[in-house]
Amino acid sequence: MGRDRAAVTGTTVSRSSRVLDVATAAVPLAFVTVLVVVPVVAVLDRGLDAGTLLDVFRRPALREVLWFSLWQALLSTALTVLGGLPLAAVLARRRFRGDGLVAAAVTAPFVLPTVVVAGAYVVAFDRLGVDPVGSVTAILAAHVFFNLAVVVRTVGSAWAALDPRLDEAARTLGASRARTFLTVTLPALRPALLSAAAIVFLFCFTSYGVVLILGAPTRATLETEIYRYAITRLDLPTATALAVVQLATVVAVLGVGSRLGRGSGAGTGRLTGAVVGRTLDTRRPFASGRDRLLGTVVVVVTLCYLALPLASLVIRSFTADGRFTVEHYRALADPLSLLPVTPLAAMVNSLEFAVVAAGVAVLVGGAAALAAAGGGRPGRVVDVLVVLPLGVSAVTIGLGMLIGLDEPPLDLRSSWWIVPLAHAVVGAALVLRIVVPALRAVGRRVHDVASTLGASPGRLRLTVDLPIAARAVAVGASFAFAVSLGEFGATSFLARRPDQLTAPLAIYRLLSRPGETLQGRAAALGVVLMVATLTVVVVADRWAERRGGWTP
Amino acid sequence: MRYLTALITAAIVVVAVSGCGDDDTPAPGDEAARACFSAPGTDPVRPATDDLAPPDRLTLLTHDSFAVSEGTLEAFTETTGIEIEVRQLGDTGQLVSEAVLTADQPLGDVLYGIDSTFLCRGLSAGLFQPVALDELESVPAELRLDPHDRVVPIDYGDVCVNYWVDAFAGEDPPASLTDLTDPAHAGRFVTENPETSSPGLAFLLATIAAFGEDGWQDYWSALRDNDVEVTSDWTSAYYGSFVAGGGDRPIVTSYATSPVAEVVFADPPVAAPPTAVLTDSCFRQVEFAGVLAGTAHPEAAATLVAFLLSPTFQADIPLNMFVYPARSDVDPPPVFLEHAPEVADPLVLEPAAIEVHRDEWTDTWAEIVLR
Repeated sequence: MGRDRAAVTGTTVSRSSRVLDVATAAVPLAFVTVLVVVPVVAVLDRGLDAGTLLDVFRRPALREVLWFSLWQALLSTALTVLGGLPLAAVLARRRFRGDGLVAAAVTAPFVLPTVVVAGAYVVAFDRLGVDPVGSVTAILAAHVFFNLAVVVRTVGSAWAALDPRLDEAARTLGASRARTFLTVTLPALRPALLSAAAIVFLFCFTSYGVVLILGAPTRATLETEIYRYAITRLDLPTATALAVVQLATVVAVLGVGSRLGRGSGAGTGRLTGAVVGRTLDTRRPFASGRDRLLGTVVVVVTLCYLALPLASLVIRSFTADGRFTVEHYRALADPLSLLPVTPLAAMVNSLEFAVVAAGVAVLVGGAAALAAAGGGRPGRVVDVLVVLPLGVSAVTIGLGMLIGLDEPPLDLRSSWWIVPLAHAVVGAALVLRIVVPALRAVGRRVHDVASTLGASPGRLRLTVDLPIAARAVAVGASFAFAVSLGEFGATSFLARRPDQLTAPLAIYRLLSRPGETLQGRAAALGVVLMVATLTVVVVADRWAERRGGWTP
Repeated sequence: MRYLTALITAAIVVVAVSGCGDDDTPAPGDEAARACFSAPGTDPVRPATDDLAPPDRLTLLTHDSFAVSEGTLEAFTETTGIEIEVRQLGDTGQLVSEAVLTADQPLGDVLYGIDSTFLCRGLSAGLFQPVALDELESVPAELRLDPHDRVVPIDYGDVCVNYWVDAFAGEDPPASLTDLTDPAHAGRFVTENPETSSPGLAFLLATIAAFGEDGWQDYWSALRDNDVEVTSDWTSAYYGSFVAGGGDRPIVTSYATSPVAEVVFADPPVAAPPTAVLTDSCFRQVEFAGVLAGTAHPEAAATLVAFLLSPTFQADIPLNMFVYPARSDVDPPPVFLEHAPEVADPLVLEPAAIEVHRDEWTDTWAEIVLR
């Protein structure tokens, strides 16, 4: 792009544009180096000990953990894909009143804090009289809950973008509905399916809060064991070895998934908004009474699956001794000996961290997006590095920060800032992923026109790129905020000071002790956290929608 | 994607070439055990509150079972002018782990609640600085497990198997550890997970002390075959599955002083405790306190530790935490002497041995019992 600009406007512009490229890339690069590269290298450094690595495969207990992590993730992925396909089909192919709302409702669970959802399943299973702890069913159910959105969105977008005439041609030639699906639609959807499956596998494999609350102590995955070995046992060699094994598996799976998923039209970018075809809305209204019935059943069943655990959590938060009461909410401001600060104070901490984290994420992610969209080598490096945290588990990052950032001048681990900065690491990656497609869509011609009219590259960025990307930035910021509110894995490692207790940590501690009252308090705090998360995401999405104009 | 793989490969190569980094956290294993009782190398701190900048508050780190009567801690404030802030960090294991992880920027000034099972973890990590206290003269020598007084004993107790007397009317109640594997008592015993519960760990160590390193696994297999229930903490066991809390299991791993608690908290009052103790299953636990090495006010912190060993505090311990005061010149209250069993010969294990093998023992235990 620099060269094109040079061709139009002369070499001076291209040189300063390169300087600007490097400058915009410098901020995210510095951020990522300190907060991602140093921790990951610290973990690799300790964990790449041949002896302890082999031990992971030699010790039966650890082999079992690895095996369980793998098969529960594979099974969760399979169930999520199967569970999400029907709704993806309905949303991609049918237009009906409320389809936007249904799409939004399916996405909502994705942004919810894992601790809240796990808590909701504990309450829901309790109600059914089944002991949820150690239950693989509960873990799988919670995983499906979270990740339906990924399948519905990714596969749905790709499906909606398929040319319906292929299907129609097959039907005209005599293929049954089922045969058409299997031989025409499914192969065309394969890249999107595999891409969605890879992402869902990644999330289930590195799942922390869900397994910790619903699985411990009988069921453990690599993620929960990394924490246990590092913090409870103070056995860093084993913890880092587990982290390396986990990282290697994730890289392998992502590599395989990306290779198989190449050619998918749907990226991971947009996760909000209605599912519409990119060029043409190919959706039709329901064809017949039977069609409508089928569609309704699919939508209702899926939405019920998502709503029921949350409903039982809300009900639990208003129940004590079998009666309706608001005492759990009132008591959120009361001190509990179990927690260093009141639950309300923990919620305030979470909000403070979220604001700071979202701010940093927008700055870093925005700069990274500008650099990445600008093209060139610094842009590509930034793109890869900033997104790296999405593939590394939260626990590994937290562990890495704990062991890597312990010496001056990088001794951040005792500072209040380490928690929001750790949150911003994932937030920046999300902002980048959401803003880059927006910037890329701006179009070279707009830039060229503005340059011809005399705008410097800096002015271009400010007056052309930023406003157009503002909507994407708002969405990115809201996601970064939501992620920070719900972050649990990395925060468990890093929040050692009493004033760093966050709402998810408080909920976890309340759930880890038996007792009706504590469970009620946890439910109330969970509902507050859930409402905060959803409000931010919904408001930001609505605001961005209203500003209108260009849609990514 | 290629860049990602290339970057990770590059990182691995760089790390492999640069060799191992330094490791400043204590390694589990023999080195830790040896480090446990080696000399601290710093001079002991004497209690004093008249240094140049006395603090107006000291933070006491402890576990969730810490309890004192109202006014007891205020007595310290009255004599020294220093307020005590109590921070509870979880169970004993979590307390010690947190302290080790934040050793360079400690969360408090004094730590109370490290017990004999985690003693070496704290000592090897250099958590404490030695103290010189006159009060130690009143403490029996067998409780002073640290020869360098980096931690001082504050109280001791026994973890023992308890049973509900009435559940065994007409039959012989269990009288020894082996009886718990008797099919006659199948499905009656509930204990706690040694990884997440201090009494659970103590009971596991008791079985290791009783049956030896070669015999304890078979014992636990037999317990498992006899339908033992395992909960994650003492509260779920005692107040959940045990008869005292409304459950259906009449045998539980608890404390030697649990029958005393049953009498003290009984409403309406009872003449005799409803539970009894299997004295052959008792494992001795000593609890210690120490001045944290990184504290800004070592002398004042030493004064707080001395206060924990003072007759005022020591006399307050039994009816709040249901353990025995370490000072031999402070008698527990009469209700203790009346209803607590005489544990003449509790099971013990060397703290260093516990530190070396604890993880391996709990791993093996988990494999036998949980999987």
